[in-house]
Amino acid sequence: MKKRLLATSVFLGLAMAEGAVDTGVTAWMLISTALVLLMTPALAFFYGGLAGQKNVLNTMAMSFAALAAGGVAWALLGYSLAYAEGNAFIGGLGYAFLQGFLEEGKMVVSDGMPALLDVAFQGTFAIITAALVSGSLVGRMRYSAWVIFSTLWILFVYAPLAHWVWGDGLLSDALDFAGGTVVHINAAVAGLVGALILGPRKEFGRVAFLPHNIPFVLLGAGLLWFGWFGFNGGSAYGANESAALAFTNTFLAPAMTALVWIVLDYLANGKATAVGIATAIVVGLVAITPAAGYVGPLGALWIGALAAFPSFYFIRVRPRLGLDDSLDVFGSHGLAGITGAILTGVFASAAWGGTAGGLEGNWTQVLIQVKAVIYAIVYSAVGTAVLLYLTRVFVPLRVSEKEERVGLDSVLHGEEAYPVTEGAILVAEEGGKR
Amino acid sequence: MKLIVAIVRPEKLNDVLEALFKAEVRGLTISKVMGHGGGTERVETYRGTTVKMGLYEKVKLEIGVSDPFVEPTIQAILSAARTGEVGDGKIFVLPVEKVIRIRTGEEDEAAVTPVKPGEG
Repeated sequence: MKKRLLATSVFLGLAMAEGAVDTGVTAWMLISTALVLLMTPALAFFYGGLAGQKNVLNTMAMSFAALAAGGVAWALLGYSLAYAEGNAFIGGLGYAFLQGFLEEGKMVVSDGMPALLDVAFQGTFAIITAALVSGSLVGRMRYSAWVIFSTLWILFVYAPLAHWVWGDGLLSDALDFAGGTVVHINAAVAGLVGALILGPRKEFGRVAFLPHNIPFVLLGAGLLWFGWFGFNGGSAYGANESAALAFTNTFLAPAMTALVWIVLDYLANGKATAVGIATAIVVGLVAITPAAGYVGPLGALWIGALAAFPSFYFIRVRPRLGLDDSLDVFGSHGLAGITGAILTGVFASAAWGGTAGGLEGNWTQVLIQVKAVIYAIVYSAVGTAVLLYLTRVFVPLRVSEKEERVGLDSVLHGEEAYPVTEGAILVAEEGGKR
Repeated sequence: MKLIVAIVRPEKLNDVLEALFKAEVRGLTISKVMGHGGGTERVETYRGTTVKMGLYEKVKLEIGVSDPFVEPTIQAILSAARTGEVGDGKIFVLPVEKVIRIRTGEEDEAAVTPVKPGEG
């Protein structure tokens, strides 16, 4: 997005003087950064509600680990590997350790905003992407292994892929407005591979794993939607027509997906489920992500409607496949990401977003989209597997069967989500008064 | 007729139910309870406040059975609930004076004999 926009503005002769801050652009990007950051705690609530009562803190803390370790790693190295000048495969070290944001004693300004802000804005994307992966692995992974793996993953899987698509790398001709491929397909494939390498939870297939707090799931989905306005709207890198289009499409597509999902739920079960609506909102948001600033509002409604089908039917059969992708990251983010990426090539509109898609006669764009999807799947799968096996050299990936049964909140974190305080005895501190 | 009261670990409940089902023991009541049976205490910390959680969450099962079912029920619970560590729980077997099935007014043996699916 970033480099692409810079090129466009030069091409259109919008001579935005280097060094001049556009207050409108900067204000919107500041707000967008905060909005996208909120998506990770929102995801923690979405996942935490879907998890069992004995694993809710662990599930939520996995997302929060990305906010901590992932954020620092991104700022010190990841941003540079994604966006500093480098080769087609990976960025250089030009921004490593937060260098390169000052010039002649002043902050560097590019695209109308201080360049440093982009580290924070892009950082929130890296964080949510890593947090998304955790949904496939909850209920059995050791927390230390997750912290190590997710940090390495941001640096060596997420950053290179972001470079390929947005940093003038080898997929820069693919349309991915806000990260359908880089964020969602990438995270979902990583989750799928992780679930296969870790293996299922010990009681998988024998015990029903049910959501412990559905209001949390709805709260999370609602806050994800709210944050996604910054995710897609902010990816326009301006307070302009493109941002307004992406923003409106972000409102339209999930609404349509949820509507179709309600109908599918009625047809399949005779009842519309609350968890279904929450899932559908996420599926619609994922599907519109690559398309947000490239398709018109009617195209967004079509993408929202069509994206419901693969996810709805896959999530229904997934447990019977023996695949313990615990919270259906692949079914929702993977399939909706792939559907959205390909449909972006179909519905892209020259008048709305600057690039013609299949329906306007440019079917080669669909092939370019498919190519990007395949590259992302292969790189993410291989990179994730390598990093998981590397992590296993230092720490075991899984907890023991007994620890799994007792629950990870108590075993790994020494806390309970809903502690019973009766019978809790204060422990005297060393040399303390107690 | 006996009333079997068993206190087991919550994480073993699924195994216990499965074993009881296999032993053809139907009809039971379950409650979540807190208790302490001499097991090791777990230590938790909340913002610098370190506490020993003296009470553990347990599950209490109450099963009314006719005499031939007493031993199978006990064996099923023993085999499924045991981990070998302190805190596995207890089984109490209590005499029962009278049992009445509310729906039919049947008493004693007839009241604890499960209705076969399809009947009634």
